[in-house]
Amino acid sequence: MNEALPLGLIVPGLPHPLLCPERNPGWQSVRAGFDAAARLVAATSPDLLLLYATQWPSVIGHQIQARPVAEWTHVDELFHDLGSIPYRLKMDASYASAFRDAAHARGLHARTVDHHGFPIDTGSVVALRLLDPDGRLPACIVSSNVYSDRAETVVLAKAAADALREQGKRAVAVMVMTLSNRFFTDFIAPEEDRIHSAKDDEYNRKLLELLASGRLEDAAQLSREIQRQIRVKKVVNFKPLWFMSALMGPHNRYEGSVHAYAPIHGAGAAVVSLAPSSRGVGLKEFDEEDVEAYLGDRGVVASAGKPRRLTEAPPEAATATADDVAPSRRACDGPGARLGPRSVAPPSAAASLASFGASTSMGGGVGDSGSGSGSGSGSGSGSESGSVPDSVSAPGSGSVSASAPVSAPDPASDLRGGPIVAAAAPRPVGAYPHARRVGELLYLSGIGPRDPVSDAIPGGPVRDPSGAPLDYDIEAQTEAVIANVRAVLEAAGSSLARVVDVTAFLIDMDRDFAGYNRVYARHFTSVGATRTTLAVSALPTPIAVEFKVVALAGDAR
Amino acid sequence: MSGGRIVAAVLAPHPPHLVYAENPPQNEPRAECGWEELRMGYERLRRALEPLRPEVLVVLSPHWQTYIGTHFLGVPRFESLSVDPVFPNLFRYRYALDVDVPLAEAICARAEAAGLVTKMMRNPDFRVDYGTLVSCHLTRPAWDLPVVGISSCRATAYYGADVMQEQALALGRATREAIEASGKRCVLLASNSLSHRHFTTEPAIPEDMSQERITSHAQYLWDMHVLDLLRSGQTRRLWGEMRELVEQAVAEADAGALSWLLAATEFPDAPCEIYAYGSVIGTGNAVAAWLEPAPGAAEEATP
Repeated sequence: MNEALPLGLIVPGLPHPLLCPERNPGWQSVRAGFDAAARLVAATSPDLLLLYATQWPSVIGHQIQARPVAEWTHVDELFHDLGSIPYRLKMDASYASAFRDAAHARGLHARTVDHHGFPIDTGSVVALRLLDPDGRLPACIVSSNVYSDRAETVVLAKAAADALREQGKRAVAVMVMTLSNRFFTDFIAPEEDRIHSAKDDEYNRKLLELLASGRLEDAAQLSREIQRQIRVKKVVNFKPLWFMSALMGPHNRYEGSVHAYAPIHGAGAAVVSLAPSSRGVGLKEFDEEDVEAYLGDRGVVASAGKPRRLTEAPPEAATATADDVAPSRRACDGPGARLGPRSVAPPSAAASLASFGASTSMGGGVGDSGSGSGSGSGSGSGSESGSVPDSVSAPGSGSVSASAPVSAPDPASDLRGGPIVAAAAPRPVGAYPHARRVGELLYLSGIGPRDPVSDAIPGGPVRDPSGAPLDYDIEAQTEAVIANVRAVLEAAGSSLARVVDVTAFLIDMDRDFAGYNRVYARHFTSVGATRTTLAVSALPTPIAVEFKVVALAGDAR
Repeated sequence: MSGGRIVAAVLAPHPPHLVYAENPPQNEPRAECGWEELRMGYERLRRALEPLRPEVLVVLSPHWQTYIGTHFLGVPRFESLSVDPVFPNLFRYRYALDVDVPLAEAICARAEAAGLVTKMMRNPDFRVDYGTLVSCHLTRPAWDLPVVGISSCRATAYYGADVMQEQALALGRATREAIEASGKRCVLLASNSLSHRHFTTEPAIPEDMSQERITSHAQYLWDMHVLDLLRSGQTRRLWGEMRELVEQAVAEADAGALSWLLAATEFPDAPCEIYAYGSVIGTGNAVAAWLEPAPGAAEEATP
C-alpha cells in the first residue's frame, strides 16, 4: 500500500466542464464526475495535488511549477469563445524544490519555475479549479517533456515519489489527459457532440475497463498502443499512465472507478479514480523494465561511431578503432559536454579488462593471489591506503608487462550485462545503478546501510534533520552495509566470496574504526579481498559507513 | 480601396533567445550577449524594410496552435505580459500591440469562402502567443504598425504534411486577395525556424555562445538545402520537398507558415535575400526575405 499516494485521478483538461457544462448532457456528466472526484480528494485530505500536465510541453528537461501563488485570467487558445478562467492557485514550492532535487539525483534535467504571469495550461487550471473548488490545497504541476519517452517518464515519477517520502507528504496524483484526443476539425453544435469515431470509442472503453478493474500497470504498458490507435500525434508518445503507474506503484492492485465518460468535441473525456487496494488482479502482466535511474541521454540525434558525409556510402564493415568514439568523447571533454552526446563506454574499461584478462589467463586471479589478506586484516588506515594500490595493480600489470599476449578487448563483451539494479538493495540516491559489469568484473557503486524496504538506517542516523549529531551503532551500520553489498552481488550472479577489493569510507575514523573492523573481519577474513579504509568528512545521507566494492562476476573463471 | 500589396515576405524565426539577448525594455531577464549573427541579420532586414513604408505586419505563428480551423486575432488592442512556457527564464515580455481587425476579418472571410474552417478570436483576455510577439518585435521593435495574427491550424498533426500544404495554399491565396483589396502595404511574417531539433539541456549561462551549434550535420544539410532553394528562387521545388523537410528535419514548417508565405507570394522565382543563418539551442534559423523594389528605386536606377 502506497501511503504517500492514497488516490490517483485521471481527468480531462478541456474547459467545457468548467465553463459551460449545461450546454451538453455529456459535458454535464463529466462535470459531475469532477465533483465526485473532488469529494474523494476532500475525504483523502492530502497535503497536495500532484499534476502531470500533458498540455504543458517542455524542451529543456522537466519544469516544475513553484510559484507560491499563481494568479491570472486564462483563456484557452482553441476554445477562447467559451470564456475566460480567472484563477488563484496555491503551489507547494517546498515540494517543488524537493521534486526538482530528486529528479536531479536520478539523472534528469529539471528546474522549478516561479514567474508572475507564467501561462499555466488549460488542463491544469481546469483540474485544480474543479478538484479543489475552494482552493484549499497546494498543488505541484510538472511539465511533459516533448522528447522524453517511457524510461525518462518513469524515472521522473519516481523522483516525485522520492520527494513525497523525503517530505513525509501525502498527495493525490492527477493525470490531466483525454483518452482519445481527436477533435472534430470543424465547429459543431454542442448537441452534435459524439466520440470522433467508433474505433476511438472502442479503445476508450477498453482502457476504461482496465482502469475500472484496477489494472493500472496493464493500462500503462499499453501506452504505445493507445498512442497508435486513438491519439493524434501532438507529442512523441502517450505518457501520463507511465507517470501515474510509476508514481503510485507499477502493479494492478487498485480499486478503480469510472465516474464519467463522454465526448468533448469528439475527444474521449473520462474521470477515473484509482486507490491502492489489497485486492486486484495482482502483479503486472507485462515485463517492461522498471527503471530506477535515468542513465540515458536525451541527445536525440546522437550517433555512434565515426561521422561520415551523408552523401557517402556506408563503410563495408564496421571496425572499431579509437577514432570511432573520438567525436563523442571530444564533445564531452569541454564545456560543450552538456549539449553533446555522451560517450557510452568508459575509455579506461578496455585497459583494465585487458590487464585483468591477461592475469587470469595465467592462472592467478586477483582474488586468488592472497596478497589482499594481509592488508584486509590490517588495523590502520594509513597502512591500508598505502598498500592497496600496489597489491591491486601488481598482479595484473606485472603479468601483462612480462610476456602474456594481450588480445584487444571485445567492446561488446566489455559491457555485457550492463547496469545492475538490485531489488533487494536500497534505492540509489543518484543517477547510477547498483553495479555495472565490465568483462569479468563487477564494479559496485558506493553501498550504504539503508534498509531496502523501509529506507531506515540500521543503527540509527548520524544526525537529525536539523543537523544535530546523534548517537549511532557503527557495528549495526556495517552489518547492514555488508548485507546490502551481498544483495547487489547476488543480484548480479556473484557473491561476497568473490569480492576482490573493498574501499571503505568512515565519517569518524577514531570513533568507528574498531567496531567497523570487527564486523568486517567476521565476513571478509576468509575472502581475502584487498581493502582501503578512508576517513571522509561526510556521506550523502546521514550514515557513518559506505563500501565501494569490486568483485569477480558470477561466471568468472 | 485598391493598390494593396505584399511589400515583403519574410521568413522570421521566433526564438525568444534573440529578444533576450537584445535586452529590450519590455523583457525582464537580462543577457550579456548572444546569437549576434541572427540579431544582426534582423537589423539588416529592418533597414531594408524601412523604405518600403509597410503599414501592417501579417504573421502566422506556430505557437498559436489550433486544432479546429484557422483563427485570427480579432480584438483591436492587446496589452499584457507574455511568459514563454518553454523558456520562462529568457522571455517575460510586456507587450502592447494593435490589431488590424478589418484586415484580419477580410482574410478570415476569404479563407472561409475558400473552404477553410476559420474563427475570429474576440476574447480580450487572450494572451498573444510568444511566436507572434518575437517575430514582430524583431521585425519592428517600435511596435508602431498594427498586426494581423493568424493561428497555425495543425493539419499536419491530424492528417499529414500534404493536407497542411493544401490548406496553406488556400490560406495564402486568401491572404493575398484580402491584402490586395485592402489597399494596404503589408509585410508577411512566416514565424518559423528551419530544422527544429532542440538540445534538451541548456548552458548555465544561456547566452554562452561557446556551446551553441546545430544539433547535427544532417539537420545542417537540410538547412543549407533550403537556403539554396530560397537563394535560387526555386520555391516550387521547396514546396514539393516540404513533406521531406518536415519529416527529416523535424522542421517547424509543419505549422504551415512557410507554405502560406510561398502561396501568398505566388511562389516567387526571384532570389530570396538571406540576412542571416544561425542555430538557437540546436535549431536552425534563417532570416530571409523577398522585398519588392522600394518606391522610386526603379526611377533612381535609370540613367
